[in-house]
Amino acid sequence: MSPMRDVDHMNDFQLADPVPVQLLREDGTLSEHPQFSSYVEDLEDEVLRELYRHMVVERRFDAEATSLQRQGQLALWVPALGQEAAQIGVIAALRSSDRVFPTYREHAMALYRGISPEELMGTFRATRHSGWDPHTYDFNGYSVVLATQTLHAAGWAMGITQDVATGSLPEGRAADEVVLACLGDGATSQGDAHESMVFASSYQLPVLYFIQNNHWAISVPQKTQSRTPLAHRAAGYGFEGIRVDGNDVLATYAVSRYMTEQIRAGGGPKLVEAVTYRMGAHTTADDPTKYRSREELEEWKSRDPISRYRSWLLTGSKVDQEYVDQVDQEAADLASDLRTAVLAMEPMDLERVFDTVYAEPHRQVEVEKSWLKDYEAGFAEEVDHE
Amino acid sequence: MSSGISDAKAATTPQEDSVPAVTTLPLAKAINRALSDELAAEPKTLLMGEDIGALGGVFRVTDGLQARFGTDRVIDSPLAESGIIGTCIGLAMRGYRPVAEIQFDGFVFPAFNQITTQLAKIHNRTDGAVTVPVTIRLPYGGHIGSIEHHSESPEALFAHTAGLRILAPSSPHDAYWMTRQAIASADPVIVLEPKRRYWLKGEVDLQNPAPDAFTAQVLREGTEATLATYGPLVPVALAAAEVAADQGRSVEVVDVRSISPLDDETIARSAAKTQRLVVAHEAPTFGGFGAEIAARVSERAYHRLAAPVLRVGGFHMPYPPSGQEHRYLPNIDRMLEALERSFAYATAGGR
Repeated sequence: MSPMRDVDHMNDFQLADPVPVQLLREDGTLSEHPQFSSYVEDLEDEVLRELYRHMVVERRFDAEATSLQRQGQLALWVPALGQEAAQIGVIAALRSSDRVFPTYREHAMALYRGISPEELMGTFRATRHSGWDPHTYDFNGYSVVLATQTLHAAGWAMGITQDVATGSLPEGRAADEVVLACLGDGATSQGDAHESMVFASSYQLPVLYFIQNNHWAISVPQKTQSRTPLAHRAAGYGFEGIRVDGNDVLATYAVSRYMTEQIRAGGGPKLVEAVTYRMGAHTTADDPTKYRSREELEEWKSRDPISRYRSWLLTGSKVDQEYVDQVDQEAADLASDLRTAVLAMEPMDLERVFDTVYAEPHRQVEVEKSWLKDYEAGFAEEVDHE
Repeated sequence: MSSGISDAKAATTPQEDSVPAVTTLPLAKAINRALSDELAAEPKTLLMGEDIGALGGVFRVTDGLQARFGTDRVIDSPLAESGIIGTCIGLAMRGYRPVAEIQFDGFVFPAFNQITTQLAKIHNRTDGAVTVPVTIRLPYGGHIGSIEHHSESPEALFAHTAGLRILAPSSPHDAYWMTRQAIASADPVIVLEPKRRYWLKGEVDLQNPAPDAFTAQVLREGTEATLATYGPLVPVALAAAEVAADQGRSVEVVDVRSISPLDDETIARSAAKTQRLVVAHEAPTFGGFGAEIAARVSERAYHRLAAPVLRVGGFHMPYPPSGQEHRYLPNIDRMLEALERSFAYATAGGR
């Protein structure tokens, strides 16, 4: 065979349409999409309401967290304001047993999975590095060194294929599990994101890459990360990528459902680029007025994911004002619970940190832990003597 | 997860039962045997690395393993070290016990981020909820006449990272058992394989485990000075002690074996007995791991020492072109010179 014809094993995908898939227009009216409308047409009202409820609750939660940080109760907060539809759209399209590998901004997804406000806030009150057991929620701890988590996702997916191949699926795990690898526009520039997509493609792993393109990596605009739509990158690795309006919860849900169906059927990895916008600061330590214009922010406010969806729900009588008020009340209650929980949160003991450096005993850790105990006991004795 | 080590007998196939319990193997073959026995004993053990399948690795350490255990368990990876370690972490989260091969010491740095910010920290970060029992096999050290990036000793960079265990076996028997103990550990373990000793033959007792991998061992008893080292320099230290004996000096040799945790007690006990300590490694002495040993022994045995702890190691330079490595690497003469300097301090009782 001529080397030039050595293409049998190669996948050939068309570049994604640079115009994002949209089902719900910015004015709150529904549009027809030949491929994706069918994924939302038959959704029960209860499902539609849940999408709304989760978005609203997270936004209120997010605002309360920002306020708590301003009041000195959190070391840092990372607002997800504006990205509610992208996050809820994809997480609702997954099964609860599909493993999620988040960055550090996936609060809507985390709450959706049942992670409590207190568990979520351990990271941000700096009382612990990560506040929940990833195995309980099939939701990994937040990843702060960006894109590292995309390789863990690929490795987890290798474990799925290995389990299936050897007939050793653990109890409660599905053979057609999908792994969600979250990343943002900034993280796509990291080498680990590239390596993860290479591994996922080479071994045809069941990974859905979900890029929330929120346009800003702290102060650096997306054009510095990529001169092509990020969804186009998938074709370079030999799998399908789709751009979706990440402020349209219905479109994000529909595209994610389509992609997960392909993956579950053995179609290998897929990529969704959710085009959205970080309406808040990068973190509470950031000042976005230094690098982006008021006009840009206003423009994106007009594409707000929640008001657009609420308008459609109300117009179509999927919900009434009473329901909207009820959700607002639930959100306010959660914010109140968050405040109470945060104020009561104490840092984990340093002893506990010593105890978890290793899973098995380590001489130096034991000696230092013992030394600290004696050292601090010395102070206690001095106090006693006084 | 079963340790594997206790299943050593079960691991041997009928075919291998014909192999005597004590057999002479080159160090590389001893590691091969350890990997083979772990793969046989524990279905969750996987190997991953570049060229480890059909080729058997550039040093043939994994020779024959893919043919025996299949491409799903002996995985040829893309050429991406961060990818190897990062996916091993994901596999470990799901219950696997991956063993990664990094082809050469100098190629570990693309994976440095995954090793130090992720692998080392995940158990701690998750308050013990997630264990990541990844073993990283890292052929290391010089004296093989190679080109840049193929002869380095990066142990201090990893020793400084809490959460990692680091082993440095020096003989085939230790390499066999320490590799098995590394894979059986619930923690991440880096096994520094002394690549210039891959062809060093020695007896491997497949039935009687070596001493605990995370301890130092006295290899040669002596009374007047202690020479502590690990990995590829252990045979050099033993030879230096032999020459010293010919010159009328009794030198004790300690094989450090474990960088993290460090069995400083065994080393300090030896130094307290002989009153003198020289530490040797191939890595540069400046900021090197020998400094850690020197400091710890000084604290523990200060009043018993007749001389400061002295170090023998590489220079504060990138590893040189290998045409000059004979001048860079510690050898018998450099160890003897350091011992002489130690002896030059006031004798016994010192202080």
